[in-house]
Amino acid sequence: MNPISTSGDWNFELLERYDESIGKIAKGDFGLDIYPNQIEVISSEQMLDAYASTGMPIGYAHWSFGKEFVRHEQAYRSGQRGLAYELVINSNPCIAYLMEDNTMAMQALVIAHACYGHNSFFKSNYLFRQWTSPDAIVDYLVFARNYIVQCEERFGIERVELLLDACHSLSDYGVDRYQRPRPLSADAELARVREREAHAWSRYDDLWRTVPTRAAKKREERGSDFPEEPQENLLYFIEKHAPALEPWEREVVRIVRKLAQYFYPQGQTKLMNEGWATFWHHTLLNRLFDDGRVTAGFMLEFLHHHTNVVTQRGFDQSGYGGINPYALGFAMFRDIRQICESPTEEDCAWFPDIAGTDWRKVLDFAMRNYKDESFIAQFLSPRLIREYRLFAIADHDENDYFEVDSIHNDEGYRRVRQLLAAQYNRDHLLPDIQVTRYERGGDRSLVLRHRRHRNRPLNEESDRVMRYVARLWRFPVRLEVVDSDGDNVAVEEYRPA
Amino acid sequence: MSTFIDRRLNDRRKSAVNRQRFVQRYKDHLRRAVSDIVAGRSIRDLERGGEVKIPVKDIAEPAFRHGVGGDREMVHPGNRTFSPGDRIARPEEDGGGQGRGNQAGSGDAVDSFVFTLSREEFMELFLDDLELPRLARTVLGDMRQAKNQPAGFTRSGSPRNLHVVRSLKASLARRIAAKQGARAALENGASARPRRGRVPFIDEVDLRYRHRIRVPQPVSQAVMFCLMDVSGSMGEEKKDLAKRFFALLYLFLTRKYEKVDLIFVRHTDDAAEVDEEEFFRGTHTGGTVVMSALQLMKEIIDARYSPSLWNIYAAQASDGDAFGADPEKSRGFLEKELLPLSRYYAYIDIPSGGFPASSPLWQAYQRISLPHFALKRVSSRADIYPVFRELFKREAGVRA
Repeated sequence: MNPISTSGDWNFELLERYDESIGKIAKGDFGLDIYPNQIEVISSEQMLDAYASTGMPIGYAHWSFGKEFVRHEQAYRSGQRGLAYELVINSNPCIAYLMEDNTMAMQALVIAHACYGHNSFFKSNYLFRQWTSPDAIVDYLVFARNYIVQCEERFGIERVELLLDACHSLSDYGVDRYQRPRPLSADAELARVREREAHAWSRYDDLWRTVPTRAAKKREERGSDFPEEPQENLLYFIEKHAPALEPWEREVVRIVRKLAQYFYPQGQTKLMNEGWATFWHHTLLNRLFDDGRVTAGFMLEFLHHHTNVVTQRGFDQSGYGGINPYALGFAMFRDIRQICESPTEEDCAWFPDIAGTDWRKVLDFAMRNYKDESFIAQFLSPRLIREYRLFAIADHDENDYFEVDSIHNDEGYRRVRQLLAAQYNRDHLLPDIQVTRYERGGDRSLVLRHRRHRNRPLNEESDRVMRYVARLWRFPVRLEVVDSDGDNVAVEEYRPA
Repeated sequence: MSTFIDRRLNDRRKSAVNRQRFVQRYKDHLRRAVSDIVAGRSIRDLERGGEVKIPVKDIAEPAFRHGVGGDREMVHPGNRTFSPGDRIARPEEDGGGQGRGNQAGSGDAVDSFVFTLSREEFMELFLDDLELPRLARTVLGDMRQAKNQPAGFTRSGSPRNLHVVRSLKASLARRIAAKQGARAALENGASARPRRGRVPFIDEVDLRYRHRIRVPQPVSQAVMFCLMDVSGSMGEEKKDLAKRFFALLYLFLTRKYEKVDLIFVRHTDDAAEVDEEEFFRGTHTGGTVVMSALQLMKEIIDARYSPSLWNIYAAQASDGDAFGADPEKSRGFLEKELLPLSRYYAYIDIPSGGFPASSPLWQAYQRISLPHFALKRVSSRADIYPVFRELFKREAGVRA
């Protein structure tokens, strides 16, 4: 067959033809299940805008987004960093951005990577299915922005900004990890807000304030052991129970919480998601080349970008920034395919279930049912540990040195794999902080408990975060620190300013 | 299945509002940085905008994270020489304990956030909160300039102001009303035919004219006199300080007035009007007679800048090193002749190292107590901007 195009320039007709060819292979030959694509061509300036709002097409105004924008702009203008080639939004239809400065080969790469790779991951991975509502996200963003604009008009930009600052600092703690959230719906949210307000207005009568109510009595009778079980979703607890928040403030807390929840799966599947998308752009474009649909020049350009993306520097090389999720993720998916197609003796010993089976089924199963932590624990092979020369270093408090814990040898494979998987565990990054007590009948104080993960203390900034919590709560907030065994280490009290 | 959309023509400055919020929030930081920049820059590119650095920790958004300490393991790629059990010295605590193995994080040590201010933002911050003293009087006081302004319509006027559409509207209304009366009469059985024919298409009462009135306008032009002592005792450094002050005042006035004229008067024992280049660069030596400059200024005002048409500002810089009767005479002349004509007069005293607390001219000028006369001491570059701010601080209760 003839190549689709031979020059580096793109136009909309070519984009459509490439998309059609790639789509045919992706859906027909490899059975990828995707949302419809909405591919938008934007300028580099607009890409910077999109960056600043974490890729969201619409966002409310906040200074921190301005900061991000300036940071990216600075890096881009000074040439320290190029722009990412692509940005894709987990929505239905799946929105992907193409930058106008890209060459044709780049556009094709981005289409394969984002519109078929990421897209299918968003649609099928269990975390995304459980945690996000791609049908409703864009509507919800519109709702959120309008609501916050209204609040700014009614209560002043400064008050809203302070509230958002406080909420943002807790946005990692706005997720119930073990409970499926209700799906988003902008209409339902709006109806709920209106109803709540209308109800408050219609019921308002200043006289009631002076009448001693039964509720007040009941409150006194309530025991102090509330909540019954520790709550890990701090923002949810604040939204529902903060004693002195006004209704609109609760709504803003809710908006930040809902958006944080939307991003939760992204953080849990970074390596898998990027690995999956990289694997597919590599596979799809190679197939195009095999079919004679693209030229060798196209392939060279593509491979140049591809190798840049999947470069993994060693710990002692300059520019090392930890494990590259594109590189390891890509390597793992390819490795699984190899284990399926041409297993070695070692593979058969380590992966008896999948060695020699249909690689498409195994890959599809892995993509659907795992997150980074479990994916590595399950599928990282000794071959890759050797290839990457992974090694583990132990940093223990009682030693004044680091110790090499394990390396890529027979004794070390399982240990390295287990430690690397643990590195992708959420607890590794986020301290475990939960609400343990709310003195509803007493001084209305709130107690948060930080259970130290392997004796690791909190960072210095936590102090500021706690002051934010106190500001949201409006009553004293105590932070209890306990060690891994649950023994009390320290208590600190923060009072609202 | 895929839809392509060209968004390149959409709004490109979606984040502009966020950037603005950021500037608003860190105004204090930015203003401090701006004043540092001003202190170090030459006059000509004072206006250019520029890079501002803010400490990263001041703009960090806090979040709960693990701190330094406790037990942990880290997995890294690229092992070449390590075996299990090898010990590695713990690296110095740099960058909050992010020590990765024995690798020192290169490029991680970014401790300040660089922010580029546009020229507008720069000037905004630079002149923020500053206000022209007594500008209020300019607005309220005698305003000689007037501007024609449309003010509705009248029934009389000159033919050239005739408003055709309005006139025809009125005509139509009148005709409908007149015919209505005729129809009512018809229904009552009267013969209205001759009357109906007599409703004229256009009548004198239909005519409408555009009306214009003259609205007094505040004078929007200013002249700024720069008076500088260039006698032998004024060294290059002192002149530089004076220049900076003049430049600031000029920048400030150009923001407030549509048109600003600059008059440079330098004096030794004899005053001369010179151009900017000559004023700032020229070298000249001689004694000091302040009076000569003041007299020249008065002459220029009389000849070219009538106070009823111009807002007159003056800034005088000198080391105050005057002798004999000159300081007293100058004070008298200033107070009686010049100050009544001026909107604002600032005197900048740049004392010499050798001089005691106050110079003769300073002592004399100090006795003038008029609200639009100010005198300040400046002894180093860094003083200029604060002194300038102090002079032009927005007065409480005075509306711009």
